[in-house]
Amino acid sequence: MNSLKRIIIFGATSAIAEQTARQLVARGASLFCVGRDSSKLDAVVHDLQVRASSEQRVDGKAADLLDVSHHESLLDAAEDFLGGVDAVLIAHGTLPDQKACEASFEQTRKEIDTNATSVISLLTLLANRFERQRSGVIAVVSSVAGDRGRQSNYVYGAAKGMVSIFLQGLRNRLARSNVSVVTIKPGFVDTPMTAGMDKSGPLWAKPEQVAEGIVKAMTKGSGDVYLPWFWYWIMLIIRHIPEFIFKRMSL
Amino acid sequence: MKSPLSWNRIPRVQPDKIHRLGYRQATLPQESWPLLAYGNGRSYGDVCLTESGTLLLTRGLDRFMAFDRHSGVLRCESGVTLADILALVVPQGWFLPSTPGTRYVTVGGALANDVHGKNHHVVGTFGHHVRRFGLLRSSGERMECAPDRHEDYFRATIGGLGLTGLIEWVELQLMPIQSPWMWVESRRFGNLEEFWSLNRDAETKWSYTVAWIDCLASGSKRGRGIFLAGQHAPPQANLPSFKERSRRMAIDPPVSLINHLSLRAFNALYYRQPVNPCGALQHYQSYFYPLDTIQDWNRIYGRKGFFQYQCVLPPSVAQDGVAELLNTIAASGQGSFLAVLKTFGEKPSLGMLSFPRPGTTLALDFSNHGEATLRLLDSLDAILREAGGTLYPAKDARMPADLFQSGFPEWERFADYIDPAFSSRFWRRVTS
Ligand SMILES: Cc1cc2nc3c(=O)[nH]c(=O)nc-3n(C[C@H](O)[C@H](O)[C@H](O)COP(=O)(O)OP(=O)(O)OC[C@H]3O[C@@H](n4cnc5c(N)ncnc54)[C@H](O)[C@@H]3O)c2cc1C
Ligand SMILES: NC(=O)c1ccc[n+]([C@@H]2O[C@H](COP(=O)([O-])OP(=O)(O)OC[C@H]3O[C@@H](n4cnc5c(N)ncnc54)[C@H](OP(=O)(O)O)[C@@H]3O)[C@@H](O)[C@H]2O)c1
Repeated sequence: MNSLKRIIIFGATSAIAEQTARQLVARGASLFCVGRDSSKLDAVVHDLQVRASSEQRVDGKAADLLDVSHHESLLDAAEDFLGGVDAVLIAHGTLPDQKACEASFEQTRKEIDTNATSVISLLTLLANRFERQRSGVIAVVSSVAGDRGRQSNYVYGAAKGMVSIFLQGLRNRLARSNVSVVTIKPGFVDTPMTAGMDKSGPLWAKPEQVAEGIVKAMTKGSGDVYLPWFWYWIMLIIRHIPEFIFKRMSL
Repeated sequence: MKSPLSWNRIPRVQPDKIHRLGYRQATLPQESWPLLAYGNGRSYGDVCLTESGTLLLTRGLDRFMAFDRHSGVLRCESGVTLADILALVVPQGWFLPSTPGTRYVTVGGALANDVHGKNHHVVGTFGHHVRRFGLLRSSGERMECAPDRHEDYFRATIGGLGLTGLIEWVELQLMPIQSPWMWVESRRFGNLEEFWSLNRDAETKWSYTVAWIDCLASGSKRGRGIFLAGQHAPPQANLPSFKERSRRMAIDPPVSLINHLSLRAFNALYYRQPVNPCGALQHYQSYFYPLDTIQDWNRIYGRKGFFQYQCVLPPSVAQDGVAELLNTIAASGQGSFLAVLKTFGEKPSLGMLSFPRPGTTLALDFSNHGEATLRLLDSLDAILREAGGTLYPAKDARMPADLFQSGFPEWERFADYIDPAFSSRFWRRVTS
């Protein structure tokens, strides 16, 4: 079991991350939150401060994570504030307009930079720090979409798939250093990211439900975690549909 | 997205758009007007509904902003529920000075209906404990309203039925407590006369008073019921343990499970439940929020929903008025599970449209049997009209315009403060 006392959250203004942060604070953790929009971040941080005890510390810093040149100094600031880091949760992301990406490589590159490159920059720095420390948890919110490319969102899927595979390798590398690498793969979650979609049907989960799964996975140091659990079975089937059939399906 | 309903599931109407608010700095939609905020849908009727325009769901505005553990001043976004607040502040020795009978209402909704609790005779309404709030108008203007700042908008928005704009955040003065437990005495009374004398005495001694009555009993038993008096318990060492059991009404029965037979049986049984005239400790959750343990209890009335009827009668005619209302209800045979009787205190409400005023309030719910139910409610209206009483907008899906206008004489002045983009089905109904 990992102890989650001092945690950095990237993308803290995301609905999933905010719910996770609340649950972590309720368990006595201190947090350093990074979010892009400073007024949203203030709202999130103030809320967490009210929920925290006087022993816990919560603060944050606004940063656009596309700007990878600031990643090192962000980590330094977080480590200073928390006095060491037990765990990191990376949750920022965007859901691309697939059609716009098909029409423009620039758009595609930007989405890949947000969802994959910026995450991998953070992971590169974190891996070395945690490897030296010989403990800790690195958790990243990837997606079931990264398990197989589909016509409706393969740019997003490719970026998330890259993150998932990168994490797989990292887990392998850091296993001997006692560092847990956790890949979170949510299915459909009712958040602003999916605002345009029809959310009826049993497959939709609430962010607080997913957050609960994230906290549990971070504590246990699980590897690949599908949230809610039934996505494991759905993706097992989807991964095993033969390509000659899959390519004709409209998914 | 499926259109949200209010608690009694009448009326079923669909707005053109549903817009979820997530962060305070968002601006209001500039098209698909009228706009209307929807908190947690715990109103019984159409104050939180519109059949055109855009419904703004406020539950996403659910962040605390600041809490001073020493002074008990709490500031939070308007979609925070009273349940969220209690979970945060009770362990730190604070409580809501005024709370309705469910904790699953938002702060914005509590303010917009200027809700009241069982301690109205001591503390007034929810609005009396609001220090300030932020109002976002459709023009984009943000107003901070307090008793000494934009005082007119302060008074218009408290009890303003969501019509003056979007309440973004609220600052409350909480009340100190020494224990999460209540000290509660319950007594049976055999008829209305006994109620009045018990109540007169209890109001001077207890901070919380309310009575449940068997609205089907008639003759010499008319108005029999159970009187509950309570106060926050002192700190004490030997507290019982408490674990809230929660159940859910998981299905929508095709017809109401509340009918003439089940009602009579329930009311008779409820009246005979053991009472505790010597007093006992009760956890605040089961004392204040007995219905909150059954999630979705409103579904027991079936798909057709139900009507809640909460009226207030002026002090001078209250005794006769309540008796007459009960006569009419008992004669109709349509009755209510939870008929609640309470006297309001003298403290004038702040809001231009606040419902609480000196007098007696009686609240009942009725299964929706269509015309027969509406006819009964019309005949109750006639008694109210005669007595100079009125109905609670938060619990209304059908009152005639005249009853609203005579009961809320400031309504025309209030109209000056309505945001031009905001309206509700309720407002159109009672002002047309
Ligand atoms: C079991 C039960 C017991 C109850 N007991 C009591 C009681 O004892 N006393 C009492 O007074 N009431 C009682 N009520 C009624 C309830 O307290 C009120 O209807 C309350 O206002 C509901 O709050 P809500 O958050 O669900 O708001 P909604 O019902 O969703 O909305 C209520 C009104 O508030 C407005 N509104 C909501 N949020 C905002 C916002 N952010 N900005 C502007 N306007 C807003 C809406 O437009 C609407 O006009 C009870 C209800 C139930 C279900
Ligand atoms: N919702 C789903 O169905 C679902 C399913 C699977 C996986 N996921 C993943 O879950 C994670 C959280 O998403 P969510 O559903 O909670 O949606 P969300 O609320 O929209 O959160 C996305 C967050 O990412 C932030 N972000 C985007 N680009 C950024 C950048 N360059 N720098 C810093 N922050 C940036 C956004 O910040 P702003 O607020 O400033 O825009 C926003 O807070 C994402 O990684 C998403 O891919 C979601």
